[in-house]
Amino acid sequence: MIKVFWAFVKKEWYHIIRDKRTLLILFGMPVAQVLLFGYAISTEFKGAQVDVLDYAQDKSSTRLIHHLQSSGHFTLNTVLSSEQEMEKGFKEGTTKLVVVIPEDFDSDLYNGRDITVQLITDGSDPNNANTLLQYATSMLNDFRREQLQKESSPFQIQVESRMLYNPQLLSAYTFIPGTIALILLIVCAMLTSLTIAREKELGTMEILLVSPLPPLLIILGKVTPYAVLAFLDAVLILLLGYFVFKVPVLGSVLLLLFCCLLYVLVGLSLGTLISTRSTSQQQAMMSSLMGLMMPSLILSGFLFPLSSMPKILQFIGQIIPATYFIEILKGIMLRGVGLQFIYVEVLVLLGMVMVLLAFTWKNFNVRLQ
Amino acid sequence: MTPETIIQVENLTKRFGQFTAVDAISFEVKKGEIFGFLGANGAGKTTAIKMLIGLSRPTTGSGKVAGFDIGKQAEQIKKNIGYMSQKFSLYNDLTVAQNIRFFGGIYGLSTKKIKEKIRVILTELDLQSVAKKPVAALPLGWKQRLAFAVSMVHEPEIVFMDEPTGGVDPSVRRQFWENIYQAAAKGRTVFVTTHYMDEAEYCDRVSIMVDGKIEALDTPNNLKNQFNATSMDEVFLKLAR
Repeated sequence: MIKVFWAFVKKEWYHIIRDKRTLLILFGMPVAQVLLFGYAISTEFKGAQVDVLDYAQDKSSTRLIHHLQSSGHFTLNTVLSSEQEMEKGFKEGTTKLVVVIPEDFDSDLYNGRDITVQLITDGSDPNNANTLLQYATSMLNDFRREQLQKESSPFQIQVESRMLYNPQLLSAYTFIPGTIALILLIVCAMLTSLTIAREKELGTMEILLVSPLPPLLIILGKVTPYAVLAFLDAVLILLLGYFVFKVPVLGSVLLLLFCCLLYVLVGLSLGTLISTRSTSQQQAMMSSLMGLMMPSLILSGFLFPLSSMPKILQFIGQIIPATYFIEILKGIMLRGVGLQFIYVEVLVLLGMVMVLLAFTWKNFNVRLQ
Repeated sequence: MTPETIIQVENLTKRFGQFTAVDAISFEVKKGEIFGFLGANGAGKTTAIKMLIGLSRPTTGSGKVAGFDIGKQAEQIKKNIGYMSQKFSLYNDLTVAQNIRFFGGIYGLSTKKIKEKIRVILTELDLQSVAKKPVAALPLGWKQRLAFAVSMVHEPEIVFMDEPTGGVDPSVRRQFWENIYQAAAKGRTVFVTTHYMDEAEYCDRVSIMVDGKIEALDTPNNLKNQFNATSMDEVFLKLAR
């Protein structure tokens, strides 16, 4: 039996190394994705164009404008003279933020009265707008503190914030776990469903079923090479993350690999389930792209936080394996936690494997009738 | 079951819901025979063949293939038969030798036996020069002959072929039939479906299926006499009408 199994794995291996498309997905995609996420997507920005509408035009307002520019995050574009000019910059796309400084800024500041500084951003690009607002707000607070300190006011609350586990708020810390989850799913689920569907499409599946090979062996023989390659991919992404983007693995590497294995099993059973349901490669491709990739990218908490989504999407997010796997990865890699903190997620994945395998097995047997 | 009978089928029936694809067919095939299984597209040939090779379970009826029951001993049958399907059944991206090695492997042949098989098949089909080329690079006729040889790599007692010559040009079909005769001469039983009526003339005995039923079964000559026809084509036209 071992020999027969080996013959099968060898054949599958030939398929993989001779198919450029598969090779590209296997090794080109993870590298490209990590580098793209790493270099192209950045939540930091420099030199955003800012317009200022300064009603005060006094000493303090001038200092505030200097203060804003001093950080390097903002560059002063134009000083506006009326509200009517405000929209022009937004429409032309030359300005991202308008700061409106009220009259009597100087005297209000020193007399400790409430001051309302208006910040106006371009909401058509909400992510950017939010980040700009955060930066500007914190700079305004800084400014106020500085000024008040000079006056030595006895009442002040110093806010000192620290981001645990990702002190510099590097985006690499979130996209490395996310990319691992996504790539493993693509390799395990999409590629295996494709390879099984291909045999069906070409008619070779029939030949295999007529041979004395037990159906279980056919499936195992087909998925084993992909399981191994998926594992290599996970290690490749971890290494890329570690050496190129300095993303650490604080927890146990062994536990991490064990969880990867569990997730690989989930992916493989999803892949075989899809393939028992589809008769052509195209169908398998569509099912895995629409049914697995899209939700895993959008609803897993990888790109957008789950908690801010409508209930129904949150629910879908909670039945996606990637959601749990990303939690596990973040836990082990960034917070360095052990099994006692992530056992719920691990159990959920384990349960998913069982249910999916049962489904696959039933479907596969029905097909043979 | 007499010793020479290798396939025996009684009232074999397959229904899909309301539709009866194969309607109570009965026949026997002798060892070493070339048995032609004829019928128009959709007459139920492929469904019938799938029940014989254990890919599909009969709704009712019984049968024995190579001495094993098709209902209960499908696994035993699978070891003793070869199968060549309508679709091309080798791996295009594997080389000629790798294909032979793989199929030898899944039938549990020893490494030594596989090596010998590769040598024999390559010599017989004159394919030594392309042994290391992917199968995709071969002309269709060569591919089909290779597929036939590979379907017999484990030396089965019976070879089932489901329209093996579809889309192949006439000269290659002739060559192909020569290969079938060689296999039969070695005592192997050949069960072949086709809708080329000229091929029916090459068979020892022929059954003609119409709408799930076997309407005629005899040697090509007897059938022509019975239906007062000069060719199998005519026999078929008279039956199908």
